[in-house]
Amino acid sequence: MNELVGKPVDRVDGRLKVTGTANYSAEYYPKNVAYGVIVESTIAKGRIKNIDITTAGKAPGVINIMTYKNSMNLHFPQSSDPGGGKYAEKDLLPLQNDRIFYGGQAIAVVIAETFEQAEQAAMLVTADYEKDKPVFDLEKNVEKAYKPVAGLGGSQIQMTRGNTEAALQNASVKLEETYTTPVYHHNAMEPHATTAEWNGDQLMIYDATQSVMGSKNLMAAMLGVEPEKVRLVALFIGGGFGSKGFSWPNTVLTAMAAKLVNRPVKLVLKRQQMFTNAGRRTQTIQKISLGTDNTGKLNAIKHATTSESSFVDEFVEPAGVATAMLYSCANADINHSLVRLNKGTPCPTRAPGEAPGTYAIEAAMDELAYKLNMDPIQLRLVNYNEKDEQKNQQFSSKNLKECYQRGADAIGWAQRNPKPGSIREGNYLVGYGMATATYPANRSASTAKAVLFPDGHAEILCGTQDIGTGTYTIMTQVAADALGLPIEKVKVKLGDSSYPKGANSGGSQVSASVGPAIRAAALGAKSKLVKMAIADAGSPLHGQKEETIIADNGQLHLINQPDKGETYSAILNRHGLDKIEVLATTNVSTRQQQEANPAAKTGAEAQAAQESKSNPAVQEDEHTDRKPYSFHSFGAQFVKLRVDAQLGTVHIDKIVSVMDVGKVMNLKTAKNQIMGGAIFGIGMALMEETAYDPNDGRVVTRDLAQYLVPVHADMPEFDIQFIDKPDTIISPIGARGIGEIGITGITAAIVNAIYHATGKRVRNLPVTPDKLL
Amino acid sequence: MEPFKFIRAQDNNNAIAAAAVADAKFIAGGTNIIDLMKLNIEKPHQVVDINALKLDKIETLSNGTIRIGALVKNSDLAYHPNISKNYPVLSEALLSGASAQLRNMASVGGNLLQRTRCPYFYDTSYPCNKREPGSGCSAINGYNRNNAVLGTSDKCIATHPSDMCVAMAALGAIIHVQGAKGMRSIPFADFHLLPGKTPSIETTLKHGELITAVDIPVMSFAVKSHYLKVRDRASYEFALASAAVVLDVQGGRIQHARVALGGVGTKPWRSTVAEKVLTGALNNEQTYRTAAEAALSAAKPYTHNAFKIELAKRTLVRALTTVGGMS
Ligand SMILES: Cc1cc2nc3c(=O)[nH]c(=O)nc-3n(C[C@H](O)[C@H](O)[C@H](O)COP(=O)(O)OP(=O)(O)OC[C@H]3O[C@@H](n4cnc5c(N)ncnc54)[C@H](O)[C@@H]3O)c2cc1C
Ligand code: SF4
Repeated sequence: MNELVGKPVDRVDGRLKVTGTANYSAEYYPKNVAYGVIVESTIAKGRIKNIDITTAGKAPGVINIMTYKNSMNLHFPQSSDPGGGKYAEKDLLPLQNDRIFYGGQAIAVVIAETFEQAEQAAMLVTADYEKDKPVFDLEKNVEKAYKPVAGLGGSQIQMTRGNTEAALQNASVKLEETYTTPVYHHNAMEPHATTAEWNGDQLMIYDATQSVMGSKNLMAAMLGVEPEKVRLVALFIGGGFGSKGFSWPNTVLTAMAAKLVNRPVKLVLKRQQMFTNAGRRTQTIQKISLGTDNTGKLNAIKHATTSESSFVDEFVEPAGVATAMLYSCANADINHSLVRLNKGTPCPTRAPGEAPGTYAIEAAMDELAYKLNMDPIQLRLVNYNEKDEQKNQQFSSKNLKECYQRGADAIGWAQRNPKPGSIREGNYLVGYGMATATYPANRSASTAKAVLFPDGHAEILCGTQDIGTGTYTIMTQVAADALGLPIEKVKVKLGDSSYPKGANSGGSQVSASVGPAIRAAALGAKSKLVKMAIADAGSPLHGQKEETIIADNGQLHLINQPDKGETYSAILNRHGLDKIEVLATTNVSTRQQQEANPAAKTGAEAQAAQESKSNPAVQEDEHTDRKPYSFHSFGAQFVKLRVDAQLGTVHIDKIVSVMDVGKVMNLKTAKNQIMGGAIFGIGMALMEETAYDPNDGRVVTRDLAQYLVPVHADMPEFDIQFIDKPDTIISPIGARGIGEIGITGITAAIVNAIYHATGKRVRNLPVTPDKLL
Repeated sequence: MEPFKFIRAQDNNNAIAAAAVADAKFIAGGTNIIDLMKLNIEKPHQVVDINALKLDKIETLSNGTIRIGALVKNSDLAYHPNISKNYPVLSEALLSGASAQLRNMASVGGNLLQRTRCPYFYDTSYPCNKREPGSGCSAINGYNRNNAVLGTSDKCIATHPSDMCVAMAALGAIIHVQGAKGMRSIPFADFHLLPGKTPSIETTLKHGELITAVDIPVMSFAVKSHYLKVRDRASYEFALASAAVVLDVQGGRIQHARVALGGVGTKPWRSTVAEKVLTGALNNEQTYRTAAEAALSAAKPYTHNAFKIELAKRTLVRALTTVGGMS
């Protein structure tokens, strides 16, 4: 049988999407639905003295206006397991009191018959404030920085080895520079959107989320209802990039509003609100110190990051974490500091930590290479490591040298004149740059169900979600291979909290986490079928050995005798079964915190754990010894660009990304992810930046005309390549996840190429024309 | 958006009558006015749709003047053979603006009246003299990277965002309007106003007056012309600085010159001082530089936009170099 995994299979949901028939969370129209619009605070710190809703209340179509005075009391969610869902601002549940911690904080929700009426009435709500002086400028408040204990989910963010200060003092060559990145906003195409409907004490929510399970649990906890009474669905998500990983006020406010007016309510954030009520990537100030001997061998690395947090929660952008394991170096000091500001809480953004972090360390490595008069690739090879020296663990699989080599060949690295400012073409200066890409390979526990039907088709159910990356497609490939069915006979169902618990879409972990569970469930279902046939006197396979039977194209037959066999349908029909169901849980985690024993759980989770005990695929997977290993993906980014010498505009001609991400599940969706990441990187490097008003600390650039993201005309030629060697340690499917690594390293490769072109080193992103004049 | 009455006008008189009420507004392509209405920046209670009016022709008059109907779409104008061949500066300016979809909707009349992109103008929670006279200017001491350096006042420093208008300023276009009291013609330079003390009054157009056409007078040497736009991304973005240049070079000397700047002025910025430097001077880089210095000599920087002064000079030098080098 031809394996589907690895093939550039078209998206199984492609047709639905291009014909507009894939339903997103704002596209449900329950009977009698009302529309909610959030009203935001226009100060960054203080108290609401008075909120005037009289005019708004009389506006046409208004049903009710929810403020802290008439909203229901919410419960603070207890932070549970890391995959269990996180409310973005633990100390600020929406509309609970009069306090204002940041500009744009929700102060009311207007609920009206139509969206337009709600929108208009929202503009008529006015508030009087007792204003306080906000702190909002990171650079001006660095003296207020403190060192947080841990990062997200208890992850390690303060790390040292050896004696870095002494090593720096003794270094023959030293580099010490500060790199900054501005605030970035995710700006997914689909804004945060929720439709909520109560049915007695049952709550149905359609929510744009990267975690149907987490979001469901949170809603239950905050609203004070049993988790079983809440069902949360997100069949299609129009991108998240981290902003939909945590739960923001919009979801719970929709449920609260629906309760208040006793009708279904739909609430969609306006684009402007995506800049205030849905997270952001924090500004970073990163100080890098590197020390080497005369040959370029690193003996000291220091990466000190200062970033923003809020007064209502703590989020650390772990920019230095990748630096801890990236190169061989005996002495390292990786630390992170936070300054609390009157801004909303930052949150993960595509490659949180690694994206800004690899910019700083890889730009610094480039500077160091020039200082040492060494080729930037050579410097990296001199400091190449085969193990994670911080954790003292071997990498599960690392083929970075091959990435450098292939990337260098594809861009024409060796042919370039390495001298900065040396290549001129008309008005342009041409430059080449490179950088290392890296992202951890994460995996967490997942459960899936496989169901075979007598008509010969199968369904897979898993409570993970496809945030637009292609999860539906890849999982269909995995399941079809395991079940021996053609792709069109397999329907993968995701995005529903009533399904078995799948992983959240964060940390590029879905393929590696959910894939093995789906594979195990599917193999389990096939094996059940095989056993039935063997035991059945009416089957041509009666009495055969399991290992002599293979499944192919909806049939079981003997390996050596393809004509001896029968269809799945025949077996099910003869047994009078309307389906065969198998649950499988793969309780594997590469994170610091292992999932609690799933067998101790209740309901479907417990059943899945029970069934998994006799599932060889699960057993083999769970018994793989992963303790000696550190799991990371790597890659090399190469850029060729032109800079207009007088006007300072940058035109990227070519990007080469060579990625070592384990097994490539689907070449098409994989390229898509790497290209998308690179485009994000172009934005970071050249144009994206959220500006705040220097007087009152509120966001000024609040739409896609003010906040620039790259457009078609900015696109270079892309050459995306994969090493495609399965990582058999992380999982039996061999994939390490691919959603975030594409954005790492690329920003540094671009600024390094700008330096090569012009001889100008810009250390504060984005590199807009004014910085190159 | 406030509720409004929608009227579809059938002819000019019809439209002018309907627009006479105090809070009426015309709508053409709708690419600017609708955004502004959604955000409660413009709040007309009567919207007069003029798209049925017969103002969508591009004609060449007997004296060679090109008359462009106010409803001609930006894309149709840009690709009109007479324009793209004889007035490339206008064609290039139009095509550098917005996106293909927007240009297919945007009209010439609407483009003349498009409003600033100052971020504070767009956010009704901030004071803004242009939006709400007397409330103050949030940009002067606020985030002003994209604001103007020429023609500013202590009441407003908003940039005029149009590209088309910069080319038209250079070409000395004439705007024809029709109102309750009849028709009149306004030279381009007199159409847009500096902010002064009243930044909310942006043009000399009177309330209810309809723009019917724009004339491009004959300028044989405009074949050698160019529009250069510098911005933060390659497309779909307003100018940080732009330059429209027309040069008539004979025997190594510049006989006639037209220069206008965009992205830096509070109105489409025709630079007669630069033109003076250029006219009669040698066609060389030294001249271009002197002209660029002159064009920006009155510029006033604010906290985040000082770079625009140097950038505008370089943009102008580059545009002059391009046109001056055309054979
Ligand atoms: C995302 C985006 C990007 C853009 N980028 C650029 C850019 O890079 N460069 C650029 O130059 N422009 C840009 N624009 C602006 C665009 O050019 C204008 O929106 C367009 O030209 C307006 O024309 P319209 O016909 O749609 O005007 P409308 O929105 O219909 O009207 C605009 C104004 O003109 C008035 N009006 C229209 N016609 C007449 C008439 N005949 N007589 C009297 N009054 C009239 C209306 O009452 C209204 O006040 C951009 C716009 C958008 C939305
Ligand atoms: S510059 Fe003009 S438009 Fe901008 S805030 Fe000031 S007054 Fe308003």
